[in-house]
Amino acid sequence: MAAVRERLLAWLHPRPQARAWALLAPGTLWLLLFFLVPLIIMFVYSMMPRGIYGGVDPGFTLEHYRRFFDPLYLDILRRTFVWSIACTAICLVLGYPVAYAIARGGQWKNLLLFLVVLPFWTSFLVRTFAMIFLLRDSGLVNNWMLRLGVIEHSITLLYTPFAVMAGLVYGFLPFMILPIYASLEKLDLSLLEAAEVLGARPVERFRRVTLPLSMPGVVAGCLLVFIPALGSFLTADLLGGAKQMMIGNLVQNQFSAARNWPFGSAASFIVMALVLLAVMFYLRVKDRAPGEAPLR
Amino acid sequence: MSVRLPRWVLGFSALVYAFLHVPILVLMVFSFNDSKFSVNWSGFTFNWYHRLLERPDILRGLRASLIVGGASTVIATVLGTLIALALARHRFRGRTAFEGFLYVPIVTPEIVVGISLLILFALVKVPLGLTTIVIAHVAFSLSFVVIVVLARLEGMDRTLEEAAMILGADEVTTFWKVTVPQLWPGILSGALLAFTISFDDFVITSFVSGSGSSTLPIVVYGMVRRNVEPSINAISTIILLVTTALIYAADRLVRNK
Repeated sequence: MAAVRERLLAWLHPRPQARAWALLAPGTLWLLLFFLVPLIIMFVYSMMPRGIYGGVDPGFTLEHYRRFFDPLYLDILRRTFVWSIACTAICLVLGYPVAYAIARGGQWKNLLLFLVVLPFWTSFLVRTFAMIFLLRDSGLVNNWMLRLGVIEHSITLLYTPFAVMAGLVYGFLPFMILPIYASLEKLDLSLLEAAEVLGARPVERFRRVTLPLSMPGVVAGCLLVFIPALGSFLTADLLGGAKQMMIGNLVQNQFSAARNWPFGSAASFIVMALVLLAVMFYLRVKDRAPGEAPLR
Repeated sequence: MSVRLPRWVLGFSALVYAFLHVPILVLMVFSFNDSKFSVNWSGFTFNWYHRLLERPDILRGLRASLIVGGASTVIATVLGTLIALALARHRFRGRTAFEGFLYVPIVTPEIVVGISLLILFALVKVPLGLTTIVIAHVAFSLSFVVIVVLARLEGMDRTLEEAAMILGADEVTTFWKVTVPQLWPGILSGALLAFTISFDDFVITSFVSGSGSSTLPIVVYGMVRRNVEPSINAISTIILLVTTALIYAADRLVRNK
């Protein structure tokens, strides 16, 4: 054992590249085999004819991508897009003031931050069930509204677009708060002081100093909400009805009930492509260094 | 300079915090409610927790989740720590591209990861079961471990390692006696996150688990689909308490630099 170790060290010592790759190899191999290769296979599947019992038949076709121009599927694509953007916008409006409050939270900062990190990591399934528990016909929201006399009969909240939107925002809001908080935290307070000395009122100080300097966080937060919303499946599955399908549900459906694997692969590839486009957009915006935006 | 928060920001934030936490708290409180259907409070009971123990599917699911969580955590933590060490300590060609590649699994929607693995397993005719779930969970959680451990490594003082080397320790000894003890909190919090990801995952697991290898979230999903019953509140409460404890521990470890 010792001799092997000596020989290995002697061999690795003059080869820093080899040493780096020895550390990288096992994990990288895992990611290649079980992440990248499956994605490539999925892409190939999306261009093959459908097999009768699930799976695919040999051949090449673009039929599955063409099917997305069918109004039925265009509708799903559009809904997915519109809802993801709406969810992002709502999260931004709700999240920014919270991030601001945490960054200026003084002694409470750690606790407030933990209370945002916690839902970030708790089971999405359980959190979605919590929404069902509140929103169903005999649920608490209806119950309380009846008691307060806001409504006279219980109203249908579950299995509506409202329920899906509530679930999406509830699920992804922490993704918005954390990066905005991070950029506000880094903000140099002497800049605000300077602005104050120069006579800027609070609103003006916010609009012309704080807001521009927190833009990297805003952009990152929007991306971190938009991406999982785009690929979400559970929310629309449990909170939406049959008419509230998003593209994630379409993918799942093709692999379970419909048994059309290549079409499901094509839908899945479209999700992946949209996500990568969003990431590339983010990297371009980030490279323009809005963190040092000119203070006009 | 202290910046005072406007009142409305405080009030608004309080409402948002309520939105984030009240649903979960309500869910937990009603796991102790002594009524099957009503959302009115009818008295305190542990009944729904006792009921869980009588359900073999839940106990089997819990067992599967613990096996999968344990195995995937160990593998992801070891592989992730090695990658983090390479990134922190070595310059190599293609490093920037590699770091970019590490972020791809994090942004990839779970449903895409799930179905692409399902296709792979079907293609090479691997039967779906606990092993395929472990493979999937490692692939998804590996990058998270790398990021957490790397953050710790970059904040670490290297002079101790240099001192050990000067005093005659070889690299392997230095690694085990100096680097690892310093790095331990980072490794542990990476492991806790990996376990949480595995323990909570539903979407990926639903594609790569076979019949008879249902993890706890798969069983809970089946229950939610059938009907809303207080047993779901009880099992949800247990899941929440476990993950909260894990995240709290991970949070403390990261913060005590």
